[in-house]
Order: sequence, then C-alpha cells, then structure tokens
Amino acid sequence: MSKLKVTTISDPDNDNTALTIDSSGNVTASQGFVPSTQLSHRNLIINGAMQVAQRGTSFTTNGYTLDRWDLSLSGATGTVTQESFALDSEVGGCKNYQKLAVTTGDNFCGIVHRIEDVQSIKGGETFTLSFYAKGTNPGGGSMKVRVRQRFGSGGSTAVNVGTLDSITLTNSWQRFTITKTYNSLSGKTIGTGSFIELFIHQDESDTSTDAWELNITGVQLEVGSVATPFEHRSYGEELARCQRYYVRYSSDGSNNQAFLIGAVNSSTSAAICSTNFTNPMRAIPTASYSGADTLRIFDGSGAPVLTSISTQASSITTGSLDLVASGGGLTTGRVALIIPKSNTDCYVDFDAEL
Amino acid sequence: MNEMNIESAVYSTNHEGNTSGINATIDGIQMSVPLDPANRHYAEIMRQVEAGTLTIAEAE
Repeated sequence: MSKLKVTTISDPDNDNTALTIDSSGNVTASQGFVPSTQLSHRNLIINGAMQVAQRGTSFTTNGYTLDRWDLSLSGATGTVTQESFALDSEVGGCKNYQKLAVTTGDNFCGIVHRIEDVQSIKGGETFTLSFYAKGTNPGGGSMKVRVRQRFGSGGSTAVNVGTLDSITLTNSWQRFTITKTYNSLSGKTIGTGSFIELFIHQDESDTSTDAWELNITGVQLEVGSVATPFEHRSYGEELARCQRYYVRYSSDGSNNQAFLIGAVNSSTSAAICSTNFTNPMRAIPTASYSGADTLRIFDGSGAPVLTSISTQASSITTGSLDLVASGGGLTTGRVALIIPKSNTDCYVDFDAEL
Repeated sequence: MNEMNIESAVYSTNHEGNTSGINATIDGIQMSVPLDPANRHYAEIMRQVEAGTLTIAEAE
C-alpha cells in the first residue's frame, strides 16, 4: 500500500488543472467531470424513504399501503404502519420507515414494490438492491428477498432473477446489500403493464405462524455493482412520482370543504365531474370513493348524498366521472361541487398502480 | 401473493349510452374500472372472465 500526497492533478498535455485537493481533503474538479455511473436518478424505487402516504398510515388488509408499497398477507395477519424516527435518530437520512408487524405468520407474507417496465434494467446488467432494516424474523429464522421479472398481460411467464436471497434481521438497524445480474430479455414477449417486482417476505417453505416484525426504509435499486448512498428526494418530488400511479382527492371533513370541482348536474340526482390530474397517470385509472354516506353533490341549493360513481370518459390526464345521488334536489345544468357529508373524512381515489 | 376478489361486475354506460367501464366490488370496495388493458383491475377482470370464474353483467 502506498500513499500519494498531492494538491493538484493536471492533464499531461496542456497542464490544465483537473483536480484540486484542499487541506481538509475536499476535491474540486476544475474541468468537466464524467462519471462512469449516473449521479442522480439512480434509484428505481419510488418512495423508498417511506415518506408519501396518500392512503393513510395504518393498514391491516391486503393491498397498497404507503405509496407504491403493497401488503401481501397471504393468510397471515398483521399491520403496516408509517413510522417516524425520533429527531436525530434518523437512519440513512430517512425521516420515516415502514413497519410490518405480523401477529400470525404465514408463508409469502410480506411487502411488494413494483418498478414499471421490465426493461428498466437491461438484460445481463448488474444491479444492486440496498435497504436499511431491523426487526424479528419469521419462525424459519430469516426472510427472503425476491426480484422477479413480470412481463405483463399477454407477455411471457414471470421469472425470478437468480435465486432468492436470505436476510436475517436483528434488533439494530443495518444496511443490507444484494447484487445480482438481470436475466436476459432476449426472446421474451413483453406485454401490457410489465414490471420488475421486489418482494420481501416469509419464505415459501416457512409455514410458521410465529409473530415477526419488519422495519424498513432507504430502499434503493440501482444499476451497478455498488450500493451508492441512498438517493434522497424531496417530498414534493416523491409525491409527484407516486401520483403517476395513485391520486387521492380528500377532505379532512372540516368545514365541509369542497375537494372536487368541475361538476355539472345532468339531472336532478346526477352530475358529470371532470378533474385534471397534476401528472399524467400510468394507465387510465380505476375510480373509487370513501363509500356510502360520505359525500354530497352540492350546487348551491341542493345537496343530495352521493350513492355511486362510474367512469365516464377518463383518460390518463383526466378523471371523468358520472356521479349519482339519492333524493334529487339538484338543478339540471348547474355547476356543482363534491363536498363531505356532515364533516366526515372522505375521498375520491384514482388508481393506476401496477 | 394475493389475488383480487372480484364480485358483482357490471358494465356501465356513459350519458350517451356507450359502454364506458365496469363497476365491480374488488376486495370489498366498490370501484369503477375503465376499459384499459393497462389498468390492473381491468386486466384481472378479463383474466378471470377468460378463466370462466367471472361473468360481467350487461348494463342495466
């Protein structure tokens, strides 16, 4: 081992200073800097810091939980929550983490993240998954990490990328790193809605019903053989990325605030509503709402309770809905608003998840 | 991993009478699903229809 002590490095032909090293070890590049791997937009995971939670912060059923993260109970019982680190105790620079507390375990219980487009990584390329985690393990003693190529509707059969990896959680936060080679895509048929699936779960062969707990944050999947520092993004930037897949228009119920505008009454008990999405969505979204007895159509005088919504002519940029209410009272042709009923928490969702 | 539990699938029509989507109860939640193959709910509905385990009723 040898050490080279210099303050400047110059090019050999014209003696232009390329790098300057100060007394603290800071390096300044004076000329162009061309990295061999990209410096930004490395992380293919969205909401890896678990900071965006449009749907809420606590979940006990199968389905999407924190934005872009899906809970697969697979016969187990458990709760996913968004948690916050104590001040000055953040891990990997992340303020939040996802906690899956399983009370009754079962095989294939875990969390799933789907990266749009199976071609997001080139066939044969090396990629690295890294994340911070702590907790307790399922009865089998460890958890499995699976990366899988999903080729979408009409596409080739899904295949795992290499073998499944095992991780063993402890009661202290640690950074796990897994490097793999992506399967060749040659000869595959890529259908509609393809994706790369990351699944962290109780092993298939582990049918133990023991309780276990996974706490996880700072999830990063990047091309290359090295786990670079977690790439932080602002809440606003991460939210915008999440809203390609899911948007919730909501009210906390206070003051009967209007939260969807742009409706026109088509009869005394129905309206057509159209809203532009902030970002184009991945696909034409499924629409749903907070359920019976939570919303009203309000046109300045009438305010009947909403009883159903139907996709009218939505696109990836516009949510267009037929709204039906009970009891009548609307004036045909009037502009209307969607408001909460009796100051209840309520929402309208648009879902274009993978 | 879990499969969607889909019940009560019915085609919906827009105000011009054209088929515009499918109203269904999916995992216990009433949803309005567009006729877009890239939509995961629509793809799953069509998969279950092709498998013969789900029938979509005509619009009322």
